[in-house]
Amino acid sequence: MIYFNNVSKVYNKDSVALDDVTLTIPAGEFVSIVGHSGAGKTTLVKMILADDIPTEGTVFFESTNVFKLNNKELTKLRRRIGVVFQDFKLLLNKTAYENIAFAMEAVGKTNEEIESDVPHVLELVDLGHKKDHFPGEMSGGEQQRLAIARAIINQPELIIADEPTGNLDAINTYEIVQILKKINDLGTTVVLTTHNRNIIDMVGKRVITMEKGKVIRDDKDGKYSI
Amino acid sequence: MITAIKRVVKAGFVNFARGGIVSWAAVLVVTITLSTITAIILLQAVLHFSLNQIKDKVDVTIYFTVGAPENKIISLKESLERLPEVEKISYVSATEALRMFRERHKSDYPTIQALDEIKENPLGAYLNVKAKEVSQYESIANFMKSDNVLVQGASSIVDKVNYHQNKAVINRLNNIINGAQKLGFLVTLILVVTSVIITFNTIRLTIFISKEEIGVMRLVGASKMRVRGPSMIEGAIYGTVSTIVTLLIFLPLTYYLSKNMTSFLGLNIYEYYISHLLQISVVILLSGVLLGVISSFIAIRKYLNK
Repeated sequence: MIYFNNVSKVYNKDSVALDDVTLTIPAGEFVSIVGHSGAGKTTLVKMILADDIPTEGTVFFESTNVFKLNNKELTKLRRRIGVVFQDFKLLLNKTAYENIAFAMEAVGKTNEEIESDVPHVLELVDLGHKKDHFPGEMSGGEQQRLAIARAIINQPELIIADEPTGNLDAINTYEIVQILKKINDLGTTVVLTTHNRNIIDMVGKRVITMEKGKVIRDDKDGKYSI
Repeated sequence: MITAIKRVVKAGFVNFARGGIVSWAAVLVVTITLSTITAIILLQAVLHFSLNQIKDKVDVTIYFTVGAPENKIISLKESLERLPEVEKISYVSATEALRMFRERHKSDYPTIQALDEIKENPLGAYLNVKAKEVSQYESIANFMKSDNVLVQGASSIVDKVNYHQNKAVINRLNNIINGAQKLGFLVTLILVVTSVIITFNTIRLTIFISKEEIGVMRLVGASKMRVRGPSMIEGAIYGTVSTIVTLLIFLPLTYYLSKNMTSFLGLNIYEYYISHLLQISVVILLSGVLLGVISSFIAIRKYLNK
């Protein structure tokens, strides 16, 4: 589904974010990318969204080179990918309901679809009672669950979760990982970046370990090893 | 498509309502700009009015010799009327001139007595010529000087043309009028450009505040128009609300000015404002809305191309 072909990202000679990364992520897989801060995890996932441009190499989403897409095509590609960030990236002046409705409006869903799907997905992440709250009025865990709800509402083929539990406590972290596993069980590919050992052990699926921009390990059923 | 437009418009209104103090700050700045424009419109009206009054006081009078035949004067008048520079000509016959003279001096007994003693009319007829522009008197005067083909022998019946006596005054007046118009235009230009720049920067600030949101919207897959549209609607709302505020501010303001300044300005500014309310509203509404929409459109472009 996703193919990284000799991807490098060099800011300057002392700052190499990615160093000749080649890897494949098949459809339906749950992949965890681990490594210390600055190992290149976030840069790697940004490449899938073409949110960052490599110095060398290409990234394919199915058969499409994501860096060859024009603005319109890129918008279409991003609609097939749900993204969850460490800092949630919610629309702060929109309520929980409107945040999710916005993502549906963006892909051109009808008002009827929005009215029927949004309450459903809010219930799924246990936020039904907070639908009229603004993100500022919600806890970190709630905001992240809202971000996940937004990421899955359009049934994307791929979910990218970039350090989704970085700002959360243990209980909220557990909940988020369980939601992501459930999403993967339903057939959606999940790419998760983290430096949290517990999460990796909890998931127990493929682990890609990065260090200084290089992939140093790629284990099926991996454990956290650095 | 219609649903998309409805959503964009609704989002614009919701953003404006939730913008709180930022929205009202933008409205305030746009109001100041529109007030400047309105003040300039009113000032131009006063200037125009005063200049017209001064222009109206300028004319050229052609005095004819005593006993000049009326048909010659009339044909000269007709040929003058054909000149494109001439706005209006009034003919005063010798008899009429005498009647007006008597009227004017009716309490001046010795003069009237002297007039009665002469018996015959010592006054000649005259033509009062008004030009469309102050600068055109010279060419009319020149026309009179030349014994042109249209009116053979016209110069023989013309006693004098008072343009040459008034020439210096007319020229100076012409320079003042031109200068005032140029200065008015320059001041207008500077004020408008300054307020437009300030407004543009304020709207840029309101968009800068939401630049994170713009990035998030794009990541979620929103089209450019879906991100840009609500901001443009918000810009239009700034313009519309500011127009209403500006129009309301100028009601008591012009009323106050008309109460206290009408004799000084020579123009009742409140009456002018009320009678031109529709035109002024259209001008400032268009300025406000265009300013808001275009500023938003340009300001947001920077954050969209990511």
